Amino acid sequence: MSAASGSSPSTVEQARKKASRQNLVDRLERYGLIIAWAVVIAIFGVLRPDTFLTWPNFATILGSQAVLVVATLGLIIPLTAGDYDLSLASVLTLSSMVIAVLNVNYGVPIGLSVLAALCTGVLTGIVNGFFITYFGIHSLIVTLGVGTFLHGITLWISDSMTISGISFDLVNAVIVWRFLGVPLEFYYALTLCIIVWYVFSYTALGRRLLFVGRNREVARLSGIRVDRVRWGSLIASGFLGSLAGVLYAGTTGAADPSSGMTYLLPAFAASFLGATGINPGRFNPWGATIAVYFLVTGITGLSILGISTFVQDLFYGGALVIAVTLSQIVRGREERLA
Amino acid sequence: MSLPDGLAGGGRASPGGLVLRIENLSKHFGGARALDGVSFGVGPREVHGLLGQNGSGKSTLIKVLAGFHEPDPGARLWVGGTEVALPIPPGGFRALGISFVHQHLGLIPSLTVLENLLISDFATEDRWRIGWKAEGRRARDLFVRYGLAIDPSEPVSRLSPVVRALLAIVRAFDQLREVRTAAGSQGLLVLDEPTPFLPAADVRELFRLVREIVRDGASVIFVSHDIDEVLEITDRATVLRDGRVAGTFETRSVTKDDIVRMIVGRRVELKRAPSAARGRSGDARVRVWGLDGGSVEGLSLDVAAGEIIGLTGLIGSGYDEVVYLLYGATRATAGVLEIEGERHELAPMTPTAAIGAGCVLVPGDRQNAGAVGTLSVLDNVSLPVLETVANGWSIRGSRLAANATVLAERFDVRPRDPALPIGALSGGNQQKVVLAKWLQLKPRLILLDEPTQGVDIGAREQVFEAVRQAARDGACVLCASSDFEQLEAICDRVAIFSRGRAVSELAGDEITKSAIAEHCYKGADSARGETVP
Repeated sequence: MSAASGSSPSTVEQARKKASRQNLVDRLERYGLIIAWAVVIAIFGVLRPDTFLTWPNFATILGSQAVLVVATLGLIIPLTAGDYDLSLASVLTLSSMVIAVLNVNYGVPIGLSVLAALCTGVLTGIVNGFFITYFGIHSLIVTLGVGTFLHGITLWISDSMTISGISFDLVNAVIVWRFLGVPLEFYYALTLCIIVWYVFSYTALGRRLLFVGRNREVARLSGIRVDRVRWGSLIASGFLGSLAGVLYAGTTGAADPSSGMTYLLPAFAASFLGATGINPGRFNPWGATIAVYFLVTGITGLSILGISTFVQDLFYGGALVIAVTLSQIVRGREERLA
Repeated sequence: MSLPDGLAGGGRASPGGLVLRIENLSKHFGGARALDGVSFGVGPREVHGLLGQNGSGKSTLIKVLAGFHEPDPGARLWVGGTEVALPIPPGGFRALGISFVHQHLGLIPSLTVLENLLISDFATEDRWRIGWKAEGRRARDLFVRYGLAIDPSEPVSRLSPVVRALLAIVRAFDQLREVRTAAGSQGLLVLDEPTPFLPAADVRELFRLVREIVRDGASVIFVSHDIDEVLEITDRATVLRDGRVAGTFETRSVTKDDIVRMIVGRRVELKRAPSAARGRSGDARVRVWGLDGGSVEGLSLDVAAGEIIGLTGLIGSGYDEVVYLLYGATRATAGVLEIEGERHELAPMTPTAAIGAGCVLVPGDRQNAGAVGTLSVLDNVSLPVLETVANGWSIRGSRLAANATVLAERFDVRPRDPALPIGALSGGNQQKVVLAKWLQLKPRLILLDEPTQGVDIGAREQVFEAVRQAARDGACVLCASSDFEQLEAICDRVAIFSRGRAVSELAGDEITKSAIAEHCYKGADSARGETVP
């Protein structure tokens, strides 16, 4: 450091301290989620070392929540573009039911059944996007209505009954076969996370999504086809929602008409919680994935302690509100900067 | 300047007879003087015009009356003959019997007429039982009295623009009813430019209402840019210039030219510069013809390579819509844009297509249309070149960052840190980033709307220089602005708009701040080259 800068060494020193403190705060914010996850693991590890701190337990946590990870990754795409997709859980449930009905009731080969399930997701995205962009209706309303409509279809085609006996080819590929003791579906989710991360950070498409979500007018005047981007993001979330449904059907080997609906709130909680870390202030796939596992670890730990199932609702509901509050604080700071 | 006798200066009547009297009103913002010793008065049943250019102090004066600004010490104010302590508390104007109708009317379109009528009652009084029936009856009587065919239960969104303006005026008058019955004051309505977006026939309708309200005892301050309207509706008028009263006069004893001179500040000798000073014949690189859309009608323009053309006019004249129509940001109904011989129909134009045609737009509203404040300078500046500079995949490559660094250097963006959110920069530096974002594309047609709005003095010259440099490199520039000084500084030609049409044009040495102002205020009947008698 040169003294020729004109400022006394002490002020330079102060400025440097301040900068490094700022740096520390930034880093804490960035990795806060991972730290929180580690803390949760440590607490339960101390309380129940013999059951909680075991590889099978972690393998179960990692594997069983792949469905939620995929659903959350689907959700952050339209969220980044500024739209909500409340039909996601309905798509998930419907697509698992489509597989069960086609495969079990009608004997359609599992490959075709999965394809049909994925098509329902894409189709839902097309319908959502049509009403949202063509008629300019708020996404919250459209996807709420479409989601409820889809749930009606699910109840209709299943006669409101659980259908079990889905082909073992699917179950094997999702949960039975393992790598390092962890079911394959975890690796599917991980691959997807990498893809979404790449698209978000390294492609023009990802940048356009971001600008559309931040300011539609700036995006439009910059030559971005805003409607097309929004529509595309809804089709992507529909597709990933149905993919989550495929994994769900493979995880349970069956489809029931309502349990999939409970994925909506955790997916939102993880999306917003994820936006407070890794790349703070933006919906990001790594943050979302880590947030899923942070939430699930907490819930698993509490249930190992013998606390009953209501804890799940307390945890997810609380996490959503806290996460949104945190991201509001982050944004508030960005605006003060601005 | 020859004014009719005895008309200069305000407050000629005895203070007691005036509804409103202001003495020695000054207002400074930091070092800048917005109002300087302004005095004037409004008599009973008088329509008093208030005129002046942008920045002459009109809106500051109105805001002092509204209790929005605190005037400098020394000012005195009488309302209805009694002196009132300054500053007026915010919202205190109502108790004084003053009511405002602003340009944007303050109506909520999705609510009914009746709800809008009562909105200020709801805002200020705790009412636990609203007598909707009685209020409805009262509203109906009110509308009948002023000849308005409005159903109180109709939503405002279904009303035509003129009926909305009428409703806003009736509401303002109605809001004074309690003050009227309580005190002797008959009330004062301040109409702050209610007409610029109304067609001529509708303005007559509005004037009829103003006359009826005056007949019923109110006084009106009528703020306007339109001299013809002021001549028609007002009894007297006051002109502000540079924060001072340039004159107060009986309207019927002056001509339009007198008023224009008073507004602009000196007798303008129009230099008869040789027209077609440069580059207008044959070598037009950008041509526009038959442009219709918004309030713009039948516009045709030729722009030579390297030429900077200013578009200006009074508010509501449509000059500010042209660039958005050409860019496809707002839809044109008809028209053709030709760039270097390539024809583009304007009705189906979109921003994406415009960029493809070599056309860029720097919008006036930087916060909402120009840049995303929470994203970095790098992100903002890179948006139009994601594919070209960074060839598709893998965009965070150092090439984008290097490009942003070069641009920050060339456009002197301070601080030179492309990772900063753009919102953290000063207005001037933000604008440099927006210019850099678009000029890096080497556009053939540059469309600017108020390019130095909210830009500090130092950066202003740099923005000018960036535009001039782009023009020197061969681009055609259209610059919409109400800042006449800026037009004088950068333009080769200036087109002046009135009621949606380009009615006159200044070129070369003719372009001075005051000549532009004069042409604007004279509007449609100032033919090119006409001299002031």
